[in-house]
Amino acid sequence: MGIRFDGVTVAYDGNVVLDHLDLSVGTGEVMALLGPSGSGKTTALRAVAGFVRPAAGRVYLGDRDVTDLPPYRRGIGMVVQQYALFPHLRVEDNVAFGLKARRVAKPEIRARVAEALEMTGMAAYARRHPRELSGGQQQRVAIARALAIRPGVLLLDEPLSALDARLRSDMLGELARLHRELPDVTILYVTHDQVEALTLADRIAVMNEARVQACGTPRELYRAPANAFTASFVGNANLLPVTVARDGVVFAGAELRTAAAGAPAGARATLCIRPHLVGLGDGPNRLEGTVTEIQWRGATSRLYVDVRGHRVMADLGELREPPAHGETVDLHFAPQDAVLLTAGVTDD
Amino acid sequence: MTRAPAAGQIEPRAGQLMPQAEQFEPRAGRLRSRAGRLLWALPPVALLAVFFLHPLYLVVQQSFRPDTGGTSLRPYADVLASTAFREALWTTVWLAMASTAGCLVLGFVLALVIAFVPFPGAKTVARFVDVFLSFPSFLITLALLFVYGTVGMANGAWTDVTGAAEGPFRFLTTPWGVLLAEVTYFTPFVMRPLLAAFSQLDTAQLEAASSLGARAPRIVRQVILPEALPALAAGGSLVLVLCLNEFGIVLFTGAKGVTTLPMLVYSKAILESDYPGACVIAVVNVLISVGLYGLYRVVSRRAGA
Repeated sequence: MGIRFDGVTVAYDGNVVLDHLDLSVGTGEVMALLGPSGSGKTTALRAVAGFVRPAAGRVYLGDRDVTDLPPYRRGIGMVVQQYALFPHLRVEDNVAFGLKARRVAKPEIRARVAEALEMTGMAAYARRHPRELSGGQQQRVAIARALAIRPGVLLLDEPLSALDARLRSDMLGELARLHRELPDVTILYVTHDQVEALTLADRIAVMNEARVQACGTPRELYRAPANAFTASFVGNANLLPVTVARDGVVFAGAELRTAAAGAPAGARATLCIRPHLVGLGDGPNRLEGTVTEIQWRGATSRLYVDVRGHRVMADLGELREPPAHGETVDLHFAPQDAVLLTAGVTDD
Repeated sequence: MTRAPAAGQIEPRAGQLMPQAEQFEPRAGRLRSRAGRLLWALPPVALLAVFFLHPLYLVVQQSFRPDTGGTSLRPYADVLASTAFREALWTTVWLAMASTAGCLVLGFVLALVIAFVPFPGAKTVARFVDVFLSFPSFLITLALLFVYGTVGMANGAWTDVTGAAEGPFRFLTTPWGVLLAEVTYFTPFVMRPLLAAFSQLDTAQLEAASSLGARAPRIVRQVILPEALPALAAGGSLVLVLCLNEFGIVLFTGAKGVTTLPMLVYSKAILESDYPGACVIAVVNVLISVGLYGLYRVVSRRAGA
């Protein structure tokens, strides 16, 4: 069952939190809504669940217009950050809750609870209460509870944000496995974490200020971001203000070679370079600057270099002789690694 | 048999290794602080003794002293054998239990509406509940008298319209009038803890239940009610004890046939000057209250509240 937003606008007290959202998610597709807090991503999810009423536009599940349906008639599975398990019910009764509400026959409830707990690896904990489980286990139960009703659509609202980093990466693998086992379930995944979105999603809709800024596959968004916000939010790119020249761009007085601009000479643009594509030392497109900060991150080091008043980040592999703070260094990047953005350029 | 060395025998030896002052000063400090703590406990204990325990003792003592002199169980035998007492006991218990049940049901429904049904002024209503708690109980009874009393608004309107000599509303002087007044007055005592409990309830749980296919009645029954049980137990037991001891409401309704234990204490002591009898009833009333409170503590602890 697919999801379709048709011009969905949501406003609280005249404050528009979701502005004319048009978005289609195909059956079995994993769509991530990625954005900072307040970008409207959770509101979009809640509009699908039925907890917010759009001021304008329609929401479709498959071919059905569900805009006016109450949540209990939408048949959607939902998992939220804080698990929201029923504290007084045992794990098995939590999972059975939706089935009982749907008046499923008792023997079938037992079978489906067992199946859902098996699928999430929680079968051994069926008789426990939620308070006797760790955060990761509680989230597995919440997922089992949502899957037990066999929803066509699964809504995940920051499902891993309450877990620590190690567990988060394990659960990310679990979610990917679950989706392989249930290929027909459409997943709308709301997150502010680009790693989760890049890992799990078939497509990502990057959101900011109540609007979708860009939508595409993780690769498209990473390799060829449509605008500066997407470039910086997905992959934390260097964004340099440049002026388009005849066969390249001009950045702070220096000429740099890039791929074809597609914009007239003299136009303002933003040059986007991923930090891991910036190298140390002389090379094509040399940038000279002063090291302002070095962050050692184990496998890589991140260098913050001030290039004529602009901050350039470079992620470098093992450095035999790392540059010192305040030292003058050369950075370079290959012309084909830079992306020139002409949309949404600001004058700073 | 070898005796284990007493602590006092070891300490001087250990003390030789360290400077004397250092060894003894901390202990002196500990003693001082313990004495200090005991000192702080004195005022409340003294107050409790003077204003609560001693009068209670006097009441209990008086209940064993019949007017004929000496100490005996005679007053108890007399009171327990009287039909007036047994009727009052029954009236008190069923009125208190019915009022409590009424308060729990009404309070739960009203608190649900205030907490979960978005309507303008819900906050104001919730705040009014707090104010209501500070009202004297007879005020409610007085208000009911104005509305439903023999010369109240409802009966007045009836006689004006129909020309009849008397209105149809006469339930106020029956046990049902007392019940109505007690439910009206004590319901906020149930709502207060309930509203606090509801404000702690995770709305994500309600949403999860809803998206799993549960409608409002099921959510109330299976998600909200279990979470509200400790608050219901707390509010209910408070109301039960308050109703058992309620005096003002029963007095103000002027219900002749409704004699509760506190009313009986009043009439025995003030009207009949039968102090031993009054004290016996008071002791019974205290025992019932304490017993029910104890029961509540046991039940609530078992419920994990």
